[in-house]
Amino acid sequence: MAERASPAASAVPVSVVVAVPEARRPGRLGRLLEREHVLAGVLLAPALMILAVFIAYPFVLGIWLAVSDKVVGRPGAFVGLENFRVNLNDTIFLRAFQNTFVYTFIATFFKLVLGMLAALLLNHHFRFKRIVRASMLLPWIVPTVLSTLAWQWMFDATFSVFNWVLLNVGVISTRILWLGDGTLAMGCLILVNVWRGMPFFAITLLAGLQTVNPDLHEAAEIDGANAWQRFWRVTLPLIKPIMLVVVLFSMIATFADFQLIYVLTRGGPYSSTHVFGTYAYEIAMRAAKLGQGASISLSLFPFLLVVIVFQLWYIRRSD
Amino acid sequence: MAVWYGSPLKRAVTFHIPLALLVGATLFPFYWMVITSIRPDVELYSVKMNPFFTLHPTLTHFYYLFELTMFPRWAWNTLFIATVSTGISLFCGLLAGYALARLKFRWAPPLGTMIFITYLVPPTLLFIPLGDVVKTFGLGDTPWAVILTYPTFLIPFCTWLLMGYFKTIPREIEECARIDGASRIQAMVRISFPLAVPGILSAGIFAFTLSWNEFLYALVFLSSPQQKTIPIGVFTELVRGDVFYWGPLMAGALLGSIPVALVYSFFVEHYVTALTGAVKG
Repeated sequence: MAERASPAASAVPVSVVVAVPEARRPGRLGRLLEREHVLAGVLLAPALMILAVFIAYPFVLGIWLAVSDKVVGRPGAFVGLENFRVNLNDTIFLRAFQNTFVYTFIATFFKLVLGMLAALLLNHHFRFKRIVRASMLLPWIVPTVLSTLAWQWMFDATFSVFNWVLLNVGVISTRILWLGDGTLAMGCLILVNVWRGMPFFAITLLAGLQTVNPDLHEAAEIDGANAWQRFWRVTLPLIKPIMLVVVLFSMIATFADFQLIYVLTRGGPYSSTHVFGTYAYEIAMRAAKLGQGASISLSLFPFLLVVIVFQLWYIRRSD
Repeated sequence: MAVWYGSPLKRAVTFHIPLALLVGATLFPFYWMVITSIRPDVELYSVKMNPFFTLHPTLTHFYYLFELTMFPRWAWNTLFIATVSTGISLFCGLLAGYALARLKFRWAPPLGTMIFITYLVPPTLLFIPLGDVVKTFGLGDTPWAVILTYPTFLIPFCTWLLMGYFKTIPREIEECARIDGASRIQAMVRISFPLAVPGILSAGIFAFTLSWNEFLYALVFLSSPQQKTIPIGVFTELVRGDVFYWGPLMAGALLGSIPVALVYSFFVEHYVTALTGAVKG
């Protein structure tokens, strides 16, 4: 992995001549800052302050809200686990729970497989490679809301381009209501998520592939390994670490997704495509039940925790 | 890099056709934005006409967007918010990243882990209580509501990226300067920071696109039309009830995508390095 940092490392000239101004006698503050732990405290203060006020405090507040009956406009009272009891008896919540897992696992699976295919294709020499690689990342770069709006228009009940093509080719005789049915809409959501997230996989896996020493492939080929065996036995084990990290990152993002689903279906039709994020928004912002909403978004946390702990453990182990 | 053996036909089937499909599928929605934004309404809302091209391109939708909506205002808001929050995050991230990578103190490893964890905390988990915090500070419906909350995901990212970057800069360079009489801070500001410029640039580009694209916090914290950012404005103000104004919507989507695409295309190499660097952790 050490060579991987080469773009960064090569930017650093090894020998530099730096003009250092004449040393002045440091003042009291200056002397204090010579101590590394004092300086560290000063340097870390701005970052830690913002994170404490806008992450740590809201996190604690979120836990309090989740066990209160707070609604917009009046203070809440402690209600224990009442909100969670309500959630477990709420069919929409249970559906959202299930949807979140289905969405995360299916989308991540396809992003990995297609991203790997894309990375293997991009790992060849061909003309316009730079342009192709750059344009591949576009779905991941542009604001998700805006590209999802384009998809929504492509899935339009009346003017869907997919329907136009299928009707004109003669595959179907009546229009498909892409977002009109819970299961089909879920499929569309996964499709758009894969479209948006696949480039991230492709580019990161490509970076991983480029670290694989071609000599290993040649050696395996001389030993009679076919292309599939070379991929499975040589390439894959070597890029497994980077692959795992991408998968975990992507799983967290997909699990906590909000915007793509909110824009494309708003949880509909008939609340059948809600995930934790959109349903929490629906309850907290639309129905003004902040406590109930907070308990829904807090339900994300256990899964998140498992992934984070696993990731930390893995990073520490590979260090 | 694979070397090609075999016939051109085999190469077409195993390489050119899959690559073409991949690029086509990737870019089609963008083509759709472009074509929709220049087709006149009569053509857009016709089930008969071929939707793939137009013989009567028009700028009506762009005119609508600029004259009848607050799009220019949203664009300005987005630029302002993204720039300031990126600035704040880079400042905090640079200092924190340096401290965690270079300074010896007892709390460095746990703090590093903590910042990594905050990087993984998604906005979905925090937006409800955060709304309360924003209201308490009287920031609701002002640009500062998002300028101060975006750093919650930008600072951990910048810190993490720059921490990795500082570790690639040889320590000896700073030590030489110290021997020549530079103070601890001088060594940091005049030696290490200038060498970290490529890393700062990567972090900055990345942070800028992240805040340009952010949706949930902006949706929750900004409510009046003149305060909105492009993603929120296009999404909420161009849909009236159940009526979608698809022409202006796609024109807005296109214009809202172009700046990040441009920023990114100028710095694509930096971007890829940042991306993989960040993933490597």
